[in-house]
Order: sequence, then structure tokens, then C-alpha cells
Amino acid sequence: MSEKVKELKVSAIQNGTVIDHIPANALFQVIRILKLERFENMILFATNLESKKYGKKGIIKVSNKFFKPEEVNRIALVAPHATMIEIRDFQVVKKIIVEIPDKINGIVKCFNPNCITNHEQIIQKFTVTDKEDLRIKCHYCEKITVKNNMSFL
Amino acid sequence: MKNKSLISINDYSKEDQLKILEVAEEFEKKPVQNILQDHVIASLFFEPSTRTRLSFESAANRLGGKIVGFSEASNTSVKKGESLRDSILTVANYSDLIIMRNPLEGSARFASEISPVPIINAGDGSNQHPTQTLLDLYSIKKTQNKLENLHVAFIGDLKYGRTVHSLVIALCNFNTTFHLVSPQELKLPSSVKMFIKEKNLEYNQYVDIEDVTEKADVLYMTRIQKERFSDPLEYERIKDFYVLRKNMIENTKENLTIMHPLPRVNEIEIEVDKSPKAYYFQQALNGVYVRQALISLILGLK
Ligand SMILES: [Zn+2]
Repeated sequence: MSEKVKELKVSAIQNGTVIDHIPANALFQVIRILKLERFENMILFATNLESKKYGKKGIIKVSNKFFKPEEVNRIALVAPHATMIEIRDFQVVKKIIVEIPDKINGIVKCFNPNCITNHEQIIQKFTVTDKEDLRIKCHYCEKITVKNNMSFL
Repeated sequence: MKNKSLISINDYSKEDQLKILEVAEEFEKKPVQNILQDHVIASLFFEPSTRTRLSFESAANRLGGKIVGFSEASNTSVKKGESLRDSILTVANYSDLIIMRNPLEGSARFASEISPVPIINAGDGSNQHPTQTLLDLYSIKKTQNKLENLHVAFIGDLKYGRTVHSLVIALCNFNTTFHLVSPQELKLPSSVKMFIKEKNLEYNQYVDIEDVTEKADVLYMTRIQKERFSDPLEYERIKDFYVLRKNMIENTKENLTIMHPLPRVNEIEIEVDKSPKAYYFQQALNGVYVRQALISLILGLK
């Protein structure tokens, strides 16, 4: 299947952002992390599309919205291979591959049940200590949360 | 250091730490100094720890300060469901400095972020207990006359003991050679070893105490806790293996210091107490001087 035909599975947008290569099971997390539930412009999304590289993937198209790099990187934890494509006048003007950021605020829950952040209303904060294996250190309890223990807010 | 909370030992630079030890020395020479008369210190112990609380309160008393607070959470508004945030903001209205112990990890860091007055962490769950580390450094400096270039052996539970972790991290500033003795299942975690490696310091791991007794300037003993083992028989075997006995210290260095954060169960034979190398009871006493120094430096009185 050519790139063009794939694109047609979800209608094209004139101006906005296409977020591609989202693992199918992470689509709704990405919507939540980017706070798209409260967004009022047109949003198109599709999931369980066939992808040669990643099995089943999801795609989101947001009309008239462009993301800052730090916003883009917030989704790296759930969609490490995602790409953000900026569309202006039906043309691709920029393609960004997401990158795992050095600090993560308010996305992941600390795995430690004895951590203060799981008992008080506190924005969870982490420093990424290992980008390859994805290990993050809690700013408060200083414990490491590993990929398999991550749950998202 | 003025107005700077102490949550983890790394919050203070090496210079700050040395300054505290220096001022602590002054307090050891002259323990009663009425410099805190106009100040109120809050001592909030959300879980009981008599030893630590008495040491802090004795430090504040010797400085002439007034203490408000509680020694356990059961009689307070905390029991009625008040958040830590509200407790701290309320208490901060009545005090110049808050000393806090809380069973939740990260509670002290959180408190320091919302409190208008500085916080001293007196233990946050299994995470940090920085004043213990300062008193350990003080004890080492006092008995060895220096902190640089020492051979320090840690023995017992190196995996779960926060005291060991913080002291290892602090000693990484002083070109220490580490000798780590523990059963296989209680080795020092890699997150702590990382600090040793970053500084390119030498460390060796052993299973037998006797492999290190003759090399060490400091032997730091720890308690092995039963709840760390799923197999009770395994605990019994290991517990009796990591005991410092009198005959083991016969050929040790002249300057050896034997330390233990206390309370002890059986990991140091009572017979060892008589040796001039045994230092664990004085070690605890040094906590008062170090805490006096810390309180007065944070309040800008030294
Ligand atoms: Zn945490």
C-alpha cells in the first residue's frame, strides 16, 4: 500500500497536525496527554490501522493546532516512535520524531504506594534516568519507576 | 545554608557539610548556648521515633529554643484527615523551623516546597534521614581526625538500609575506598553504586566479614531485618553469620572505629562494647551537637 492510499484512510486536513505511528493501544492516552478531549476544533482519529513496522497503529489529525516541542515530547512515554507532521495548506511543512524528555511532569504515576504523591494532591514529577530502558526517578520519594510499572494519569 | 531546607544529604554541598561539622565541634566544647531564645521550633513526628525526637529536642533545648509539636499523629488533626499540606501551612504560622518525621517517602521534599519556613527531614519512610548521615560523618572525622582517603567497610543489609545509602553517597566526596560486605541478596543497589562509579572510587564486595576487618579504618555495622526474607530459616542463618565478634577485632588497625546506627539486635557481640574501638554509643550522642549546628546555621545564628 502506498503512503498516499494510507493517508486517505483518514481524511486530509488543510492546516494542522497529524500524529502518526501511535501504538493502537495508546491512542486514547495520547489524546488525554495532549488534552485533546477539551479541544474544540475538528479532530479526526483512527486506530487499529495496519502498520508494517509496528503492528496495529493509531493516527490523529488535529485541525488548526500546532504543538510545541515540549508538548510533543510528552507523548513519547506511550508512543516512543510517533511522528508529528505539520500541515499547512495540505502540504507537509515539518516532520518531528518524538523524543523522550529529561523531565516528566504530571503524566505518570509513581509506582511506590508509600510515596507522598499517591496520598496528597501533588503534581507528579520525574527525572528520566535511562532513556533506552525507560527508567524514571520520582522527584519526591526518589524511587525509580521502570517501564513495566508505569501507569498513566 | 540560611533558610535552606535539608531533605536529602545531597541538598547540601561538601562545603556546607564541613561547615556543619565545624560548628558541631564548637557545640561539643560548649553545648549550652542561649542563641535560640526568640525562636520557636516545630517538631512534627507523624510516626513515633523516640531516639531521633529526643536528640532534636535536646538540641533545641540546649540552644534555649521553644518547641511545639507532637510525637505521634494519633492525637492530632492529622488523624481527623487533615492533609500534610494543611498541617505544614498551619504549623509554619507558629514556628521558624519545622523538623518533620513522616512515614511517607517524599513527604519532606513536598513539605519543603510548600512551607514558608525551612524544613529539616528527620526521616521520610525508607527514603532519607540526612541528620543521621551528618552525625556519622562527624563521628568518623572525630575518631579518624580526617574524612579523606579512608577505608570504610559497610556490613550487613546494604540493600534496604537508607543510613548506609546516604553515608556511602556522602563519603563519595572524600575519596573513600569502600568495602561492602553482605549476603548475596542484600547487596548495595546499583542506584547507589552509581555514585561511587561516577567519582571513580574503588569498591570491593565480599561475603565474609573477616575479609575486611584488617583493611578497614571504619567498620559500619547494620541490622539485618527479618521482614527482608521470605524464608525464615535463611534469615536465621544469615543473621548469625553477620555478627562482629570479639576475636574478629584482634588484628584490626590501631585507629579502627566500629560504628552502628542503633538499635542493635545481635550484630555486634556485647563483648566488643568494652573495646576502645567500639564507638556506637558516643556516635549517637554526637547527633545532638550536629543537630544544634544544623538548626543554628539554618536560622542564621552561626
Ligand atoms: Zn514517588
